[in-house]
Amino acid sequence: MIVNKETIAELAKENKRLDNRTLTEFRQPIQIETNISWTAEGSARVQIGETVVMAGVKLSIEKPYNDTPDEGGIMINAELSPIASPEFEAGPPGMKAVELARVVDRGIREAKAVDLKKLCIEPGEKAWFVIVDIISINDDGNLLDVAGLAALAALKTAKFPVVDPETGAIDYKQKTDKSLPLTKEPLPITIYKVNGALMVDPIREEEKAYEARLTVGSDAKGTISALQKGGDVALTNEEIGRMVDLALEKASFLRKELTKGLKLKQ
Amino acid sequence: MSELLVQERSVVVPGESLAQGMDFLPGDNAYREKDKIYSKVLGLMSVSGRVIKITPLSGPYLPKTEDKIIARVMDITISGWRFDTATAYSAMLNVRDATTRFVKKEEDLSQILAIGDYAVVKIVNVTSQNLIDLTMKEPGLRKIVGGRIVSINSQKVPRVIGRQGSMITLIKDKTGCDITVGQNGLVWIKGTPEGELKAEKAIKLIEAKSHLEGLTEKMEKFLVESA
Amino acid sequence: MVYNKRVDGRKIDELRPMEAKAGVVKNANGSASFKIGKTWAIAGVYGPREVVPRFMANPRHGILRCHYTMMPFSGSGERIKPGRSRRAQEISMVMEQALAPVVDLSAFPNSVVDIFVELPQTDAGTRCAAISAACIALADAGIPMKDMVSSVAVGQVDGTVVADLNYNEESYPAIVSDIPVAMLHNTKEISLLQMDGEISKEDLLKALELAKVATEKVYQLQVKALKEKYAVNNEDN
Repeated sequence: MIVNKETIAELAKENKRLDNRTLTEFRQPIQIETNISWTAEGSARVQIGETVVMAGVKLSIEKPYNDTPDEGGIMINAELSPIASPEFEAGPPGMKAVELARVVDRGIREAKAVDLKKLCIEPGEKAWFVIVDIISINDDGNLLDVAGLAALAALKTAKFPVVDPETGAIDYKQKTDKSLPLTKEPLPITIYKVNGALMVDPIREEEKAYEARLTVGSDAKGTISALQKGGDVALTNEEIGRMVDLALEKASFLRKELTKGLKLKQ
Repeated sequence: MSELLVQERSVVVPGESLAQGMDFLPGDNAYREKDKIYSKVLGLMSVSGRVIKITPLSGPYLPKTEDKIIARVMDITISGWRFDTATAYSAMLNVRDATTRFVKKEEDLSQILAIGDYAVVKIVNVTSQNLIDLTMKEPGLRKIVGGRIVSINSQKVPRVIGRQGSMITLIKDKTGCDITVGQNGLVWIKGTPEGELKAEKAIKLIEAKSHLEGLTEKMEKFLVESA
Repeated sequence: MVYNKRVDGRKIDELRPMEAKAGVVKNANGSASFKIGKTWAIAGVYGPREVVPRFMANPRHGILRCHYTMMPFSGSGERIKPGRSRRAQEISMVMEQALAPVVDLSAFPNSVVDIFVELPQTDAGTRCAAISAACIALADAGIPMKDMVSSVAVGQVDGTVVADLNYNEESYPAIVSDIPVAMLHNTKEISLLQMDGEISKEDLLKALELAKVATEKVYQLQVKALKEKYAVNNEDN
């Protein structure tokens, strides 16, 4: 569906949207599947509406960084694959992919969601390094929030691979039942300001109509671990306060959905 | 001894054998190899006399002269506008074909059509390289303001319009919307938000189910039920 | 014949369990998911659309362009660094050549049909799965094709000619030959043929005969995936 920006803006002012949702409703159902890739140490596929994202966790043993000899590391990478949208191009990540990866990364890293010290094997010599790769499969809006949810689901269900005690080599074909030292569950929620009203979970068309947006990464306690403002229009303190409130509320909602999704697997 | 190898109205895949024997002739999207006729596309098989043709279930739109389409302005040039037609081919609309009124040389063309605007236009010429010339001067052709545009596969357009426009009229009546169907698969719906949503759903339903039997009954049921 | 019991218990002409579905990426003009054993390929077709970069455009007919990508977490060992590897480039090219004989883009000069294939997990036979998925996706997109192309690997393990080698067979400690094949359904012509390893001429010909049977099984699944999407009883479609 293609719409003029004006139509979306007019509807938003009356608290209406193109489908029958309210401005603060997520599309339903939210589908969360984990362990979708046997080659990844942890993986997930999340679908919200028609937006589909896959995330995979790979672990490796490396020498720790010089300034943190007793810590492992974590990195988030994102690819907006051209399979997901006629607007994505093949090649190195563009601005949108880079921003997505960095915002999700910030949320997880700044929340100290993974206890990096627990990833240490031998101080100064060996530590576990975690890389989460997020791949878009279909973009119908709100990729960032869906990506954040997929990354968290993958991290939550990841297991360490078996390490040969003699050689120290990783046997990727065998998994232990030991999970990653995940201490928090950070989730990014992006709030969009459309014609003065606040909107969540936009479809692709609605994303083109926003004046400003604010991504808020938060954990289950409501502590904020990441912020990213986008869009050309400036926001007042009051607006930011309201956006943060809405983001925390929605993060709590998505966390419940994640718990539901993981329980189903059992 | 000629015989059909597939039932009429069944879904066939590219390369599927449709008929054997020289009595049959390959029509649209079918071809003959030796004494057999095969499909060239994923679609529904139908026979008319001796001609076997395949109606594609999906597929790209091929621009044709006289077709009314919905397109988006992507560039403004000295002489007019270049449009994105949702195909591999862009189209040109010259200033003199855009409006009946006189347009001064220095006039800002974006006042008539700006980049990003959608318009209902008609194809007046298609070159061998599929370059397209448009007009917006005839009645019914205009810049699109308000409402929403739904994108469906261009192969489904005849079903959305229906015989003598019966299907599109049914949807217009039951939703109270103005609806303009572009041959390239873009459909402009304008009405109340509820009406537009209902019309959009109806059109998407046709796109999904048009190959099945009893489409008209299904549509009537849907439009009445979701009142 | 030393290798007469396959590592996973399959018969020599038996393929791993397969699953295929058409229409899995909504934004794409056509798409498909194809799984064989633990190898999984998702294909999305966009086009015919404008060619970028322009110099690649052909004024006589549209061009086909394949983009094969293994997701970083899809390898059987370490993470695969994102970016176009040489292997991915080569596979993309042979994919184009495997599909080109059937695709007819004469009605679409100066256009491109892009096929993107992403693999979330792999266990040998990846280019074959990619081609099989791509073919379903092309048909799903309504691209004119005179036939379907089905692909699977054949080969020999320690003197036994087998179909659909998995990773363990490819790396079996004996003389192995891995032969990815793609075949047109009606004429049984071969549009992809590559080989790694060692094989005798007799065994090669045996393997190619086996390929006819093996690719036919893939074909049945490809047809089922396409027809299932439009089945009468698929009311919630």
